[in-house]
Amino acid sequence: MSSPEEAAAVARGLGRPVVLKIQAWTTGRAAIGGVAFADTPEEASTHCARMLAMTVGMFHVEQVLVEEKLPIALEMFVSLMIDDAERAPALLVSFEGGSGIEERGDRVARIHVEVDGEVDHHLLRHTLEMSTVPADRHEAVIEAIAAIARTARAVEARSLEVNPLVVTTDGRVIAADCRVTVDDYAVFRHPELGIDIARELDHPPTDLERIAYRIEQADHRGTFYFAQLPTTGATGEPGERVVGFHGAGGGGSMMSLDAISNAGFTPANFTDTSGNPSAAKVYAAARVILAQPGLVGYFGSGSGVASQEQHHSAYGIAKAFLEVNLDVPAVIRLGGNSEQRAVEILHDACKELPATVEGFTKDDPPAFIAQRFRQLVDMHAGGAWEPCPRIVPAFVGAPGAFSFPLNFGAPGGAKGSGGAPAWEGRVWIDISRCTPEVTALVVRHSGGVLRDDNGSPALAISGEDAASKDSEMIACEIECWRAGEPVVFVDLPVLGLDDEEEVA
Amino acid sequence: MAILIDETKKVLVQGVTGREGRARTRLMRGFGTNVVAGCTPGKAGEDVEGVPVFDNVADAVAAHGAFDISTIFVPARLVKDAAIEAIEAGVKLLLLVPDRVPLWDAMEIAAAARTHGASFVGPNTLGVLSPGKAVIGMIGGRADSAREWFNAPTGDGGAVGVVSRSGGMTSSCGYYLCRAGATISTLVHVGGDSVLGLRIPDVALLFQDDPETGAIVVFGEIGGSQEEQLAELIASGRVTKPVIAYIGGKVAKEGTRFSHAGAIIEGNRGTHAGKVKALQDAGATVVDSFGDLPGAAMGALGRGE
Repeated sequence: MSSPEEAAAVARGLGRPVVLKIQAWTTGRAAIGGVAFADTPEEASTHCARMLAMTVGMFHVEQVLVEEKLPIALEMFVSLMIDDAERAPALLVSFEGGSGIEERGDRVARIHVEVDGEVDHHLLRHTLEMSTVPADRHEAVIEAIAAIARTARAVEARSLEVNPLVVTTDGRVIAADCRVTVDDYAVFRHPELGIDIARELDHPPTDLERIAYRIEQADHRGTFYFAQLPTTGATGEPGERVVGFHGAGGGGSMMSLDAISNAGFTPANFTDTSGNPSAAKVYAAARVILAQPGLVGYFGSGSGVASQEQHHSAYGIAKAFLEVNLDVPAVIRLGGNSEQRAVEILHDACKELPATVEGFTKDDPPAFIAQRFRQLVDMHAGGAWEPCPRIVPAFVGAPGAFSFPLNFGAPGGAKGSGGAPAWEGRVWIDISRCTPEVTALVVRHSGGVLRDDNGSPALAISGEDAASKDSEMIACEIECWRAGEPVVFVDLPVLGLDDEEEVA
Repeated sequence: MAILIDETKKVLVQGVTGREGRARTRLMRGFGTNVVAGCTPGKAGEDVEGVPVFDNVADAVAAHGAFDISTIFVPARLVKDAAIEAIEAGVKLLLLVPDRVPLWDAMEIAAAARTHGASFVGPNTLGVLSPGKAVIGMIGGRADSAREWFNAPTGDGGAVGVVSRSGGMTSSCGYYLCRAGATISTLVHVGGDSVLGLRIPDVALLFQDDPETGAIVVFGEIGGSQEEQLAELIASGRVTKPVIAYIGGKVAKEGTRFSHAGAIIEGNRGTHAGKVKALQDAGATVVDSFGDLPGAAMGALGRGE
């Protein structure tokens, strides 16, 4: 229910005492006042109003569950988790369950579960015999616990917690509340679950996380992972310095995130583009990071010796910085293959930005560049970053301009959960400025995508092949820009960020 | 000596005709790995980089005798069947390279491996590399950069064994250690998932028994219990060689996954602070800044500045 009136109406409809529970992504709700009992609809309304004013972590409580208050004789706790040491599922069972179970680990029985979801009934019965559960309820409780394990197997849960499992005064065994985390990597086999973002987060997905996830699903070339982190910046605490974080590689990103935190900054987000991502994907990641307000700068760093070709990342990042005219300091460690070329591209492309943009290589340790970043932020005279619409040149969409489509979003592609929207773009070339020399420049930097057709650019390959050449064409755009001839623009609107913009 | 892989091991490649399988076969052979055969259903009789292709593992075994290792490069959703096929054909060590293998599939593979006395590295592993000898999977990107970056042991028993939960950081650890003057016995990326075949404690025991290895460097992460279990091995005296560790994810809070499927704090389990304390209490060295890792390792080997 999302209003006190609805809560009262449900309580009235049930015609008996009810229990109210906040619907929030957290455990231990009773301890924070997130569970309450109400004997009358008026009490239900009062509790609901109080709960809807609560905040859990970064998020306001938006929903309250109102249900029949069960006549409880006994509360139990049943949780299926994956035991990484045993490489097998296990059940944690306490016959004295309920709130605060986390603090009472010593009274929890641990019961092995087979990988097909079957539980050892004898062991369960033995455990029950030592409990206070009435003997005539044992078989019903065993059946309920076995069903919980089978359900976890069926939905491929990485955890499934029933707290409490209740024996009522009239002898029924009921799962009164349940929390399930489904394995991200198995969601594709479970369309019946209707999961829109297959990712473990500690909060409901934010708008930016949804935008990022759509890009990730639409373009499977490499990894793009984006999660927003809790910052106290939301409270406007003075002196806090929030940075946009762009990592590369899971472990390297975590290590770099620690380095920037050790240097006294608060990361606004965790981002990882790796696994040889396309330039378009790196570009989109940078755009999403820069959609967060209040950043004092942009910090990029990964494992340091990435095996991916780092110049693609440099082109993608430079394009994003140029489009939003970055005016806060940025430090990017591009260590790995083609790192020298990557640093040169980044420095040269960004040299006229209001921001200081510096690139580093594998022999510059993260702690060192975090200190360098700090110096740049300390020296920076302007204010914090304010997100702004991207700058799109006037020749985009102009009649007579040369253009061809980009499309790398195979909906429901190899990794997708199906139905992911395509991500599309278009390459534009300002023909009015294409002298034979400029055309030659464009063709030379197009990585074989374009040819010189009597002084004008034309496709050298089929339109179908050209549609996935975003990395080549982003490189072409930036190289022409560096040569003082900004006649190429790769238009890659990020769905959710760029839908309502005006063309400049 | 080295652990898990050297130039004498007979290696099979499952999914050899795919893009990854093909590329990795070339790289592995280029580094010195004895890749004997590959398989892809329906592709028997083909040839990839001079390696004969069979329809299935059993046919490859019939033609070439038993394999020491099978490396698996098939799409994530097919990994379970490929792995169980190899286990049932008698292969005792598997390398599961693909990312995004479902958790319950990994547990099924583990159950089959237990039944048949096999073990596996991964899923979601970059591989295992013994400098100067051989590699399975690929660490270092290219054979020539891997040769340039990672120093082979000199036979003095003072090489470093590296075990990491991050692929990129496996390369990084090896690279920065060698720049500080170290030699490497073997680099092992155990994989980024929560259910893995060989885990950090298992690999530490292999390094403990390897005469070439003088110290063990660990790149750990939040989530799971691998680092805590390693601490128990140190505390109980089963691992006595110096252990130098860095644990990533200090800033992470509960419930949000950090790229790797295994890098998630669940409840109060798998926190950064808990892992650091367990390792330090057991007597391991834990560095707070990754850049301090090579120096600490050289110090532990008695080769500090």
